[in-house]
Amino acid sequence: MPEELSLPIKSDADIVVARQKGRALATDLGFSTTDATLIATAISELARNIVSYARAGQIALKAVMRGSTRGIMVTATDQGPGISNVSQAMQDGFSTSGSLGLGLPGVRRLADEFQIDSKAWEGTKVVFKKWNV
Amino acid sequence: MEVPILKQGDFLIATIQAALTDADLMQLRSALVHQVVRVRSMAVIVDVTALDVMDSFATRTLREIAHMIRLRGAETVIVGIQPEVAMSMVQLGLTLEGVTTCLDLEEGLVYLNQKKAKSTG
Repeated sequence: MPEELSLPIKSDADIVVARQKGRALATDLGFSTTDATLIATAISELARNIVSYARAGQIALKAVMRGSTRGIMVTATDQGPGISNVSQAMQDGFSTSGSLGLGLPGVRRLADEFQIDSKAWEGTKVVFKKWNV
Repeated sequence: MEVPILKQGDFLIATIQAALTDADLMQLRSALVHQVVRVRSMAVIVDVTALDVMDSFATRTLREIAHMIRLRGAETVIVGIQPEVAMSMVQLGLTLEGVTTCLDLEEGLVYLNQKKAKSTG
């Protein structure tokens, strides 16, 4: 597996591929099965947000280091409509597409580091990091 | 990938064998809701042992399957949720409230057979 992998996300089949590649990288990096499952689930949610809200985007998977600790960085990018109210979208139970509305707050709970940037009509970028400690 | 649905006595058993796309899950939902009445099943068992990820969509679809099957007069039992999957679901805040779950297929069959014995005995 290369150190960095960029995956196009356009359909529900791409969601499955992204989470499988994410699990494979997490396993290569020495994450436990439990953590690899958390990471794969987070990728699934991020990829689904791309398909549901922006129709198309990318998921980038990267091995990262912090001192001697290995980790995984997942970057979800789209050029979709953006999120007009990020703080509202980060509240449990908030949804605009009729989904469960648990996506982003749930993903943040699975992460060690989580960052979201979104601009209306420009797109959204979510960075998710998990360290193998 | 289509999920095979087998009729075993009074029950339908759907065994998920590989990762499912959203379209596959919706196909499973539709197939179960139609078949449960056609073959006059009392209950449906969905075996998710092979699922290594249950995200919000999968959880919601399973819950919808259980609610639709109940409206069709039968019961749904979800079996085989893996321990790591259960941990991820809890951390994500995903629930299967109102849906019966059992450890594995064997336990699911025991549960349903006991229930059947009670209702007929």
